[in-house]
Amino acid sequence: MPYVSLILGRVVKAVIVLLAILVFNFFLIHAAPGDPAAVMAGEAGATDQQFLEDLRERFGLDQSLPVQLWRYMSGVLQLDFGYSYRQQMPVLDLILDRLPATLLLTGAAFVISLAFGILAGTLAAMRAKRPSGSIIMGLSLLFYATPLYWVAMMAVLVFSVTLDWLPAYGYSTVGAGYTGLTHVGDVAVHLILPALTLGLFFMAVYTRMTRTSMLSVSQQDFVKTARAKGLAPGVIQRRHILRNALLPIITLAGLQAGQMVGGAVLTETVFAWPGIGRLMYEALMQRDYNLLLGIFFFCALLVILFNMLTDVIYRLADPRIKHSAA
Amino acid sequence: MSFFKRFSQNRGALVGLVILGLVALLALLAPFLYPDSPWRMVQRPFLAPGEVSGFWLGTDVMGRDVAAGLAHGAWVSLLIGLISTVVALAIGVPLGALAGYFGGRVDDALMRFTEFFQTIPNFALAIVLVAIMEPSTFSIVLAIAIVSWPPVARLVRGEFLSIKHREYVEAARLVGQTHRDIIIKQILPNTLSPVIVLASLMVATAILLESSLSFLGLGDPDTMSWGYMIGAARTVMRQAWWLSVIPGVAILLTVLALNLVGEGLDDALNPQLARAR
Repeated sequence: MPYVSLILGRVVKAVIVLLAILVFNFFLIHAAPGDPAAVMAGEAGATDQQFLEDLRERFGLDQSLPVQLWRYMSGVLQLDFGYSYRQQMPVLDLILDRLPATLLLTGAAFVISLAFGILAGTLAAMRAKRPSGSIIMGLSLLFYATPLYWVAMMAVLVFSVTLDWLPAYGYSTVGAGYTGLTHVGDVAVHLILPALTLGLFFMAVYTRMTRTSMLSVSQQDFVKTARAKGLAPGVIQRRHILRNALLPIITLAGLQAGQMVGGAVLTETVFAWPGIGRLMYEALMQRDYNLLLGIFFFCALLVILFNMLTDVIYRLADPRIKHSAA
Repeated sequence: MSFFKRFSQNRGALVGLVILGLVALLALLAPFLYPDSPWRMVQRPFLAPGEVSGFWLGTDVMGRDVAAGLAHGAWVSLLIGLISTVVALAIGVPLGALAGYFGGRVDDALMRFTEFFQTIPNFALAIVLVAIMEPSTFSIVLAIAIVSWPPVARLVRGEFLSIKHREYVEAARLVGQTHRDIIIKQILPNTLSPVIVLASLMVATAILLESSLSFLGLGDPDTMSWGYMIGAARTVMRQAWWLSVIPGVAILLTVLALNLVGEGLDDALNPQLARAR
């Protein structure tokens, strides 16, 4: 089965990248100014020498660098990402606890941005020479230049503070104790602003990509043939141009989706959305390096999973692409 | 058609150039218009724009002049945007050139390396780098450069791949020019146009990145920046909207202007690829 070897190849590649990130993480800890144990102990509120020694022992900081690296790597491979002294919880538990909220937010933002981006891009391509096309492109240029966190704050200012339509922060109404469908509805209402503001920038990206891709496909010979044999323009746009223009967009969208996880740090910070982005901000504020690097690893993991997923879907969807091609 | 004529045919690019010129002027004049440190408290806090004469953009939470912060922040944004782009080019151009020119194993190895950096989520990596190196102008520039060089390398590699078998390159090889000379004197100058266009867009992205880092509290603690101003205004958004709106508009206009100029440069430098308008 060629697909099996294809997927296997992807997995091997992903594992190599993840291992490289672990090595990278390890050296980052050691690049941090000061003795890692002192940093951790200082943050935990103790300057006792004995306590420092205990920490060094525990993290193996008295061993040579390669031994430390080995300890670190084998720890992670056993799903041990260390302990967060500030939050008094294992790093892995903290992250897993927050992961679903981030997946929900980035997933919603991805779907919104892709759907509206492709729609707007298609319209812009069909009306390339008309004012409405220019307006769409102007708006996408504007969103492309807007800082993610700022548009989030402005949305709060307009839709929560001024109009009082939507909640300004959080994942659900605190203390309301909703269950079942009411709870789902409550979360959905809280999700609207974060997902829209996170998706806005990426929507601009997809709009531009779709327009460019459609315009370049519409120059190709098979489209001219379709026109020559008298097909309706609408059919040509949908069946001939859009379908072919979408293929490169799927690949690029997969790559972009990974960047969304990074953008979520800003969105979640503004909206107090309880995901790993917000956790990363908390880790930053508390200089909790162990937690910070754990989250970084998970961000990379999410990106790789996302890329693999789109890659496989893309190759299955388009049989013209050779499996051997890297 | 000359370069300037083609550039000025794109009206958006001209608007962008004007905005960019104004921002640059503001940045250059900041030390003369507002010789005091923008961190100094000069009036009562929370003055709305125009409430007290001489403070036409109001004051912030600590009674600092917003206009002074805006002017000094312009300098920081442009400087960090430019320098980090130059550093990113200094990493990406040589790697891309070597990969494209030599091909084979060199290409494989360098492109794996590039792919690795492209896989890691940009913004998360920048956060981690700045946090661990401690926030400073140096660490911010380095972090932005480290996350933005891969597209440069890929672009330059692609250009080298398409140029290296042209006749004039073969001719240079035939007369015995060294690899170094062929790369630097024959091929590199011909990859300049797309690199310039990409660089102008990278400055825009770098400014956005810097402002995002400052917003999260990872800015250089000694310099006033737009992102920091918005971050500091976040908790008082309800009381003082102007504190977050004004610097945000400044970032938006600057980044928009750079993108417009980038498109104009694209039209002017690559006329054969001019997009259908």
